[in-house]
Amino acid sequence: MRALVEIRGVTKTYRRGGETIEVLHGVDLDIPRGDFLALMGPSGSGKTTLLNLIGGLDSPTAGTIAVDGARIDHLSSGDLSRWRAVHVGFVFQFYNLLPVLSAQRNVELPLLLTNLGAAERRRRALIALTLVGLADRARHKPKELSGGQEQRVAIARAIVSDPTLLVCDEPTGDLDRATAHEILTLLQMLNREHGKTIVMVTHDPKAADYARRRLHLDKGTLAPLSGAMAP
Amino acid sequence: MKFVPLLWAELFRKKTRTVLTLLSVLVAFLLFGLLQAVQAAFEAGADNADAKRLLTTARYSIIEPLPMSYLRRIEGVPGVVGAAFADWFGAKYQNDSNAFPVFAVDPARYLNMYPEFTIPAAERETFAKTRTGAVAGKRLVDRYGWKLGQKLPITSEIHEKTDGSFNWEFDLVGVLDSDDPAVRGNTDVVLINVAYFDEARQLGKGKTGWYIIRIADSTEAKSIAAEIDRLFANSPDETKTAPEKEFAIGFAKQIGDIGALVTRILIAVFFTILILTGNTMAQAIRERIPELAILKTVGFSDRAVTLLVLGEAALLLALGAALGMIGAVAVMPVVNGGTGGRFPPLFVAGETWVLAAAVALALAIAVGLPPALRVSRLRIVDALAGHR
Repeated sequence: MRALVEIRGVTKTYRRGGETIEVLHGVDLDIPRGDFLALMGPSGSGKTTLLNLIGGLDSPTAGTIAVDGARIDHLSSGDLSRWRAVHVGFVFQFYNLLPVLSAQRNVELPLLLTNLGAAERRRRALIALTLVGLADRARHKPKELSGGQEQRVAIARAIVSDPTLLVCDEPTGDLDRATAHEILTLLQMLNREHGKTIVMVTHDPKAADYARRRLHLDKGTLAPLSGAMAP
Repeated sequence: MKFVPLLWAELFRKKTRTVLTLLSVLVAFLLFGLLQAVQAAFEAGADNADAKRLLTTARYSIIEPLPMSYLRRIEGVPGVVGAAFADWFGAKYQNDSNAFPVFAVDPARYLNMYPEFTIPAAERETFAKTRTGAVAGKRLVDRYGWKLGQKLPITSEIHEKTDGSFNWEFDLVGVLDSDDPAVRGNTDVVLINVAYFDEARQLGKGKTGWYIIRIADSTEAKSIAAEIDRLFANSPDETKTAPEKEFAIGFAKQIGDIGALVTRILIAVFFTILILTGNTMAQAIRERIPELAILKTVGFSDRAVTLLVLGEAALLLALGAALGMIGAVAVMPVVNGGTGGRFPPLFVAGETWVLAAAVALALAIAVGLPPALRVSRLRIVDALAGHR
């Protein structure tokens, strides 16, 4: 069966000053549909760069990336925007919610790009908030929420348009152990019960334990680790 | 419309800053509304000029009189469909500060020339029949509390009566008005019947100040004017005839180029607003780079984010401009009251609203475009890297 994400010979170089830095060196990777993959590695190993490429936030210098059979490596900026809106949900370490909007309005943001009416957008945002256990906080602004609650709102925003793929960059990096457990359990639930394919960057082995499998990235090259089973 | 709550929330993210900026825009547009009204009042004569009306004055000075006998000869010029004359009375009412124009006219002929003035038919008829009759503009009537049928004691600075007195008395028989607020200022006048005036004055009998001429075809204005002037060439009372608009512009310029003055003031005001608002917008957007990157991350295109930033600038300017213009309309009665009716009535014309909208739009683009372009060029990974 064909993988959801197919990465072939991907290289990414940056120019910093007069110097060219190759962050990824010919990475090959398949991510099956329904996978929960933890990408691990030391700082500067290229794991966030790889995650950005998978999520369509950046384009590779060389190589190909196909998601659900469609090549995204050569898409224009506008096409990538449209593709992201439909296919990918993002979760970041610092939540990145808009502080001036309520939780519900934050979750609705991706739906503003659709033709849905206001009532339907609101309904879907509330469903997403219910799924992450925050329906009663819909009218609260981010500053009125705890870190864990903010991250739940961010997850609700990521899933509100029902994307195939969730990319999570250190989603528990700013949370205490107990809250991190709640968030990772929530991601696990989304993976197992709702079939979301999740790629998560983390440097925390305990967080990686929640994934179905983990891969190690070192100096821009993938090295498989043991296929740890999720708890 | 679905983006308005987002724009509104972002605009008032820092309430104090936004309210202060909004106030500065409001004041600028309040000033704009008021100054445009002043300019419109000064230019009302030219703007309301009838293209089919010509004015004939003495060739070398408008204060030199012309013979009343010119009337028939002017009417005989091909293309002329009617003519009237008016003479300057030089009036004072009660004291020196109460000055207003008083014209000695043939009632029917003069009122026929100005269909934009409204007067009840019965009053018009009484004016024509009453030798000592006078009609006054409504604003003058209101200002001095005159009543129809009362005596109007007016002193002339120019015309002496046969008894050696400069004090004249007329019967107020009608009130002039206009449906168009732009024309209403032109009715700040008292018209007296020339029949009594010419008979009762000591000097200048048979003379008048200027002629108003109605022509059939405005495209022939120049040639008819030349023909009229040719009629009286090489006579002791040579004439100068010009379209009413030309005359009104020349008259307004004797006071000063109000339009240029107003334009310069407004350029200075709006340039200040441009700098102030531009700086505020740039600062507001700079603070929100990571948030705008998130919008791009969830699928907002470069174009959509650019339009959001421009929309925010447009919302700020539209709000400030609308409140400022509403303020200008609101204070207009106070300003008009303050002048005691000595100045033509000020009002915010429809064109001023259109111009205000255009200025606000231009400012919004000028203020919003630089940060919008910056945001459109924003690379998500770079913006998020600074926030990780």
